Amino acid sequence: MVKRKIVGAHYGLMDWLVQRITGVVMAVYALIVAVALLMGAGASAASWQAFLSGGPMRFATFIFVVSLCWHAWVGVRDIWMDYVQPAGIRLALHTLTLVALVGYAGWAAQIIWRL
Amino acid sequence: MTTRTLQFKIYRYDPDQDRKPWMQDIAVEVDAADRKLLDAMVKLKAVDDSLAFRRSCREGVCGSDALNINGRNGLACLADLAGFPDGKPIVLRPLPGLPVIRDLIVDMTQFFKQYHSIRPYLINNDPPPERERLQSPEDREELNGLYECILCACCSTACPSFWWNPDKFVGPAGLLAAYRFIADTRDQATGERLDNLEDPYRLFRCHTIMNCIEVCPKGLNPTRAIGKIKDMMVRRAI
Amino acid sequence: MKAKVTVRKFDAVIVGAGGAGLRAAISLSEAGLKTAVLTKVFPTRSHTVAAQGGVAASLGNSEEDHWHWHMYDTVKGSDWLGDQDAIEFMCKKANECVIELEHYGMPFDRLDNGRIYQRPFGGHMSNFGEKPVRRSCAAADRTGHAMLHAMYQRNLKANTQFFVEWMALDLIRDAEGEVLGVTAMEMETGEIFAFHAKATIFATGGSGRIYRSSTNAFINTGDGLGMAARAGIPLEDMEFWQFHPTGVAGAGVLITEGVRGEGGILRNSAGERFMERYAPNAKDLASRDVVSRAMVTEINEGRGCGPNRDFVLLDITHLPPETIMKRLPGIHEIALQFAGVDALKEPIPVVPTCHYQMGGIPTNYHGQVVVPGKRTQNEIVPGFYAAGECACASVHGANRLGTNSLLDLLVFGKSAGETAVDELKKSTQAHKELPADAFDRTQERLHRLNTQKDGASVHETHLAMQRTMQKHAGVFRFADLLQEGVQRIIEVQRDVQRTEIRDKSKVFNTARIEALELDNLIEVAVATMVSAEARKESRGAHVRDDAPDTPEHPNGRDDTHWLKHTLWYKDPDGTGCRLDYKSVTLRPLTVDTIALKKRAY
Repeated sequence: MVKRKIVGAHYGLMDWLVQRITGVVMAVYALIVAVALLMGAGASAASWQAFLSGGPMRFATFIFVVSLCWHAWVGVRDIWMDYVQPAGIRLALHTLTLVALVGYAGWAAQIIWRL
Repeated sequence: MTTRTLQFKIYRYDPDQDRKPWMQDIAVEVDAADRKLLDAMVKLKAVDDSLAFRRSCREGVCGSDALNINGRNGLACLADLAGFPDGKPIVLRPLPGLPVIRDLIVDMTQFFKQYHSIRPYLINNDPPPERERLQSPEDREELNGLYECILCACCSTACPSFWWNPDKFVGPAGLLAAYRFIADTRDQATGERLDNLEDPYRLFRCHTIMNCIEVCPKGLNPTRAIGKIKDMMVRRAI
Repeated sequence: MKAKVTVRKFDAVIVGAGGAGLRAAISLSEAGLKTAVLTKVFPTRSHTVAAQGGVAASLGNSEEDHWHWHMYDTVKGSDWLGDQDAIEFMCKKANECVIELEHYGMPFDRLDNGRIYQRPFGGHMSNFGEKPVRRSCAAADRTGHAMLHAMYQRNLKANTQFFVEWMALDLIRDAEGEVLGVTAMEMETGEIFAFHAKATIFATGGSGRIYRSSTNAFINTGDGLGMAARAGIPLEDMEFWQFHPTGVAGAGVLITEGVRGEGGILRNSAGERFMERYAPNAKDLASRDVVSRAMVTEINEGRGCGPNRDFVLLDITHLPPETIMKRLPGIHEIALQFAGVDALKEPIPVVPTCHYQMGGIPTNYHGQVVVPGKRTQNEIVPGFYAAGECACASVHGANRLGTNSLLDLLVFGKSAGETAVDELKKSTQAHKELPADAFDRTQERLHRLNTQKDGASVHETHLAMQRTMQKHAGVFRFADLLQEGVQRIIEVQRDVQRTEIRDKSKVFNTARIEALELDNLIEVAVATMVSAEARKESRGAHVRDDAPDTPEHPNGRDDTHWLKHTLWYKDPDGTGCRLDYKSVTLRPLTVDTIALKKRAY
């Protein structure tokens, strides 16, 4: 195989855009939580649980977790691309990262709907 | 006439003579007629003719004498000697991130390869009209801040993303040039140009660190141009 | 030890990648010929990049204009020393060449109707010298930069093969006088190559570095002229040097004439607009030699500004700031950087500064190098072409008009390229064999430089040359100073023949390059001084104290004896030189001769 640096993968815009959109989603969620905390939602474990177990809030938290994982995927993938040159190892790391992030998202969903 | 002695610390490496690079301590006397760092360097070369650096126009339009001056990229011919404090040596190094050929001369092949990769020429496949292609003053104004680039490489060699992926990331200078053609109403290859940059490395390695703006001797803003390219890609995709 | 020489074969070799070289390269590459472009610096670093004000073409975008008017202005500007066939050719071709550039992508400024913006410039008038006309096509005050980049870009599209940071050293010419290529040094490795070609095109630019105070870049060392002179080719009209009126005092950096085109005014210490006295009609937009002499006269008569009364002021403070920032942004930047003044609020200190060499390697308007021969005074040197500032077509004669230099390099770069294409396509012959002594001169020069002991310093010798030129062949010339100058410059030449460098490294040895450049500069300096001393009249940029303005000889011009081109030859043994003359071509191609008359603005 030729040992040439190859570029021109014809992707990148979606990831860049997703990182921006998920960033905004996370910022909005953080704002909601901050406001809730100011209004005393974190005063006791019970009030905190009540706040998080509301239907809309469950949904918002879930979206937040998905955003976080997706955002992390692009960032971590970029790190592997910058620092890990052998294609095999890089692919393995990408797979591991994906598996881990999907796992975390599933696990987080379980927790959210157990509340 | 008032004179002043300037102390220098200069990166020296001649692969023909030196086993490894070394820093030379050298001083030179300058007078009131010597305004810019380049004037002092020309005097230095009269003292030690082995000091190698590029220079040509000495007025900041040819882009030959880009150096790392006291840790910051810039043109020697635009750096005011009056701006250097007394008692502290002026440290001169070659532009970072490119292979050194000798002393302050770097191998710019990689930099120009990236510039060439964006197809830096007008593409218009219509048969040329007899007279000029018309362009309104407003459309022409879009090219201001883009076409003035002198390819000195101060920006790209100040960019950590370029240091890390000089073979894959186009770099601020190349991307500025790319947008210069995208923004030109006479160019018909906008789609191909955007396709050419749709890549996780070529364009999207720009993490808006903005060192490029900081060092550009012509006061240009590659980050803004890169932002506009991304903006056009988004508008095309959605 | 003789340097090893590797031979490479091309159809054509172009030396220099400034405007003229790049334009010629476009023609050759697009014709599919195997072309090598050698250049000391990356193409966009060539000095064309520093041109500011514009390129002349009678497009008539803002007002009525005609190539014939442009031709008249150019002949008048040249003080009738320009060849009228070449001038007609250039002025007629101007529109085509500028439109072509626009099609290459050059970002010209625009008028409201979308056409190329044009501004007035010195010496360019409508209706045969009546009043200033807008003829200079401009991209702000960065026209040269925009043009050079556009042409480099077009060459990328045409896949031109560049040899970047290669310095041509000597011309290869065989016993029949035919030119077969050049020897050159790869600067990065110090290795010597020969470029064996059927066509050799010189586009090496000017040599303004012979003067101490110059707007020219460090690289403008007359390499083409030096190479040609050493190979027995004469240099034409070398006494004519243009001193640009507005170089920044002290720094020498150019301030475009476009500043005056946009309404800038020159003032003396009394604040007077003194050009009204010297050129009542064109005022600040008179021809460059006229303005420069007026400025020096003001300074000499004690009306200069500053503590030493040694400069005058270029004032644009009355212009709207928007105009300055839109049309002259680069000048605002230069004034701030090199004069420390904000041009919006304060005038800029300026002095006449060496800017352009009107003379050069003699060519016809096809870009072919011509020398006096047995049959005619303009016999073609086979295989040899020249264009741009290094060539003398001659369109500028005794004084060049602003914006005609960019036009010159476009028109003659193109015609040299196209003539070479035609000649190459006509001939089916293989490369003519290189003579046995093809590399001798180069090897001798390098050997001498590598082995010189107890020699002269390159830096000091260079300075001595520059000071001699500045003192003895400046804006005004004096018979006694010129005579003395000839002696002085020959003394400097002796030192140049024994320069010594301490750095002997093979890798990017800039000390060696500077020494080799000085070999070329000194040929130009000697040619200038000797030619100037010999021309006993005042004409254009060459004004002598012993040839004053008289009714018999208006402006000191003596058409009876001196309406002729100087040809300076270097002796083959390298120690002496001789002068010859040839007549000026007064007959244009299609129109009537523009008759001799007194030059006044």
